[in-house]
Amino acid sequence: MQEFLQQMVNGLSLGAIYALIALGYTMVYGIIMLINFAHGDIMMVGAYIGFFAVAVLGTNIFVAMALAMVTCAVLGVVIEKVAYKPLRNSTRIAALITAIGVSLFLEYTTIFFLTPNQRVYPAEAFPVTNYHVMGLTLSSKDIFVFVSAVVLMIILQYIIKRTKTGKAMRAVSLDKEAAMLMGINVDKTISITFAIGSALAAAAGVMMGIYYNSINPLMGIIPGLKAFVAAVLGGIGIVPGAMVGGFVMGILETLVSGYGSSLYRDAVAFGVLIIILLIKPTGLFGKNTGEKV
Amino acid sequence: MILMNIEHLHKAFGGLSAVLDFNAHLEEQELIGLIGPNGAGKTTVFNLITGVYKPDEGKIHFANQDITGLPPYEICRRGIARTFQNIRLFNDLTVLDNVRIALHKDVQYPLLSAVFRIPSFFKGEAEMEKKADEFLKIFHLYDKRYEKASSLPYGDQRRLEIARALATNPRLLILDEPAAGMNPNETAELMELIRSIREQFKLTILLIEHDMSLVMGVCERIYVLDYGQIIAEGSPEEIRNNKRVIEAYLGEEVS
Amino acid sequence: MQKTRHIKPVRFIVEVGILVVIFTLVQYLISAGLLNQYYQINLASICINIILAVSLNLINGFTGQLSLGHAGFMAVGAYASVIMTNYMELPFIVGIAAACLAAALAGFIIGVPTLRLRGDYLAIATLGFGEIIRVVLQNIDYVGGPAGIMGISKMTTWPWLFASVVVTLVVIVNLINSSYGRAIISVREDEIAAELMGVNTTKYKVLAFVVGAMFAGLAGALYAHYFYIIKPETFNFLKSFDILVMVVLGGLGSTTGAVIAAIFITVLTAALQSFPAIRMILYAVILIMVMIYRPQGLMGNRELGRRTFGKVFGSLWGEEK
Repeated sequence: MQEFLQQMVNGLSLGAIYALIALGYTMVYGIIMLINFAHGDIMMVGAYIGFFAVAVLGTNIFVAMALAMVTCAVLGVVIEKVAYKPLRNSTRIAALITAIGVSLFLEYTTIFFLTPNQRVYPAEAFPVTNYHVMGLTLSSKDIFVFVSAVVLMIILQYIIKRTKTGKAMRAVSLDKEAAMLMGINVDKTISITFAIGSALAAAAGVMMGIYYNSINPLMGIIPGLKAFVAAVLGGIGIVPGAMVGGFVMGILETLVSGYGSSLYRDAVAFGVLIIILLIKPTGLFGKNTGEKV
Repeated sequence: MILMNIEHLHKAFGGLSAVLDFNAHLEEQELIGLIGPNGAGKTTVFNLITGVYKPDEGKIHFANQDITGLPPYEICRRGIARTFQNIRLFNDLTVLDNVRIALHKDVQYPLLSAVFRIPSFFKGEAEMEKKADEFLKIFHLYDKRYEKASSLPYGDQRRLEIARALATNPRLLILDEPAAGMNPNETAELMELIRSIREQFKLTILLIEHDMSLVMGVCERIYVLDYGQIIAEGSPEEIRNNKRVIEAYLGEEVS
Repeated sequence: MQKTRHIKPVRFIVEVGILVVIFTLVQYLISAGLLNQYYQINLASICINIILAVSLNLINGFTGQLSLGHAGFMAVGAYASVIMTNYMELPFIVGIAAACLAAALAGFIIGVPTLRLRGDYLAIATLGFGEIIRVVLQNIDYVGGPAGIMGISKMTTWPWLFASVVVTLVVIVNLINSSYGRAIISVREDEIAAELMGVNTTKYKVLAFVVGAMFAGLAGALYAHYFYIIKPETFNFLKSFDILVMVVLGGLGSTTGAVIAAIFITVLTAALQSFPAIRMILYAVILIMVMIYRPQGLMGNRELGRRTFGKVFGSLWGEEK
């Protein structure tokens, strides 16, 4: 039982990271129906910016994270403008291929400039202390990751539910044409969505660096995929779904690697995905909508 | 002879009943109209009959068989074919291929004979093409057989849809607003065509139509649907004078 | 998808003649030592990629079902064949048969439940299954776990490659240019209309999936017995993306397009090999540019004319008008 709780606690912080990445997937999908395969790589870029902010500029972790978020927000908007916008009216698969292209571009440009080697996240970024509460070990890392992720999610919820921008985002995701006719600047709204999604991914990237202690140019692929699974699990396009999905994925993953083979960790993630898709393809929070004849 | 009998058909979407206790029967070789105001549930009835939706309650018997809940392709194979309110052709394919796909359910050669191109393949293909050409000639589409379906003018697309439905060799043909978007001339031609294919193929025809002159002109019997329920049934003459029908159309003149 | 008429003996002989000439020419170049190792490896890669692209195109292009798990079937084929040849010491032909059967079976098992899903959901599910195949292989010690199998005897020779490509093209082109093929394409065009015209769409989706998987298995067997070594990691989802890129680049629903794109991408990859640092960056940029300026791919869904090599295979037994 003690061990189970410990695994749950470990899972929470990993889940928070997945949830942050999943939010970007789900927001972008909600607004332009694109599986943005480059999203995991934006996270990776965020991790590197955080790394250099701490290691080179010597900032503290909060400044590093803010810097990563701002830079990646810009990067996300640029990617959307250059690569995705021209394809808004072509087939979904063309957009998907472009996303794959962007993903490869980010990965290998990073490799080109920074070598494919692992980098150890600077220890001064985050001093680790362990707290013992009721027999559970809580690392300051876990607390930091969990708390900052939750704060970001609350801010996001506020933006989506309470601001004009959020209202525009919801309107565009429901019906792009109607939103346009109501005077909403669709292009701008899509840009903002990319900016917010990428900023969250960047924050997740910095957290990833702290959580795993190391970063590399291909670090975005697998967590990106898992976060995507999380988004589908919660119902793609549904913001609270992505949060719940992220936590479920994180906890499941730590439980499986805690109790079973860590090699099967990834298979379990996809197993969950397939079970969900076969039972309720629209995800935990999704509504079933049939095609109109 | 009763060809189709529908009893107590019910379908709800969410909490909303789209079709409520729908009862109807179709005689062999009858030409029946189904009319009603927008949103009355006409197309839903068609979708239930053809298997696109599964009914929540009720039974559909067709040619002495219970077809309730069968998948659409099974229902088609038992002899019900349809067209669509919004044309649904195989747009990227030729006119000929559109019809040939409808003939596929009776394909005369096995898969492996196609892969290895043995003589039965060529024989089967030739026969299929001959059959498709016959349908295309009836609908004056033969000259356009190699054109893409999407490149046809609107009226031709409507007729191709009927040709394609007919190619499945149905006993009951269901037409969902066949004259929608046609001018009076085209509509008159279409009426003639519907009558003549009924004779030629010994069809029973059920149609939804908003063009009252068409409905009143060709249909022998009419069902009127409102809020998912039959509110009247009878000959065009009876429907024309039915008070409830006039009310349902909000005082609109039923000419 | 045009008319298919009776056999024309003259054309048939000419086309078989062309194939024989191509085969003999390359065979001569190889045995005379005029084709060095580098070119031979690229030739093998081209053949394997053609098989992969053309078979995935059957699923993605003709049936319109977005599959992102093709590498998984390739893996099944590769491992099945190696178990037959390396472990059981059976002849290569048995390995190839086992590869095709095992991959087709995997295609069936995965296809039946997942093909109910549409669009993106299907894409994700197939991606998931592809990854599951990989992870499962990583966990089976019998086939070497994550390290894979090394020291596979090189049995994939030019005759095997050539025959495999020809068989793949003939089977898929003949299938597509038949009533069964039209049924498959009707699923892509309008699944609901197809179903209402009497086409059992589930059956044809599964059929296309199984045939596609089977040829991916064949490609896996050829790959394993050419490159000596297989690892689960080789067949991850990035490999599936690679194949998808060929299909989309060539034009969804164009077999000749898939062939051309497979050759183009293989040659491009090889040419860029000398600049390893910027190879992938260039690849990515080209990919994005092509999608922006020609999203329908090089060929759209058209096929190249009959006089070019593509149709040679298509009209082996029957003439396309």
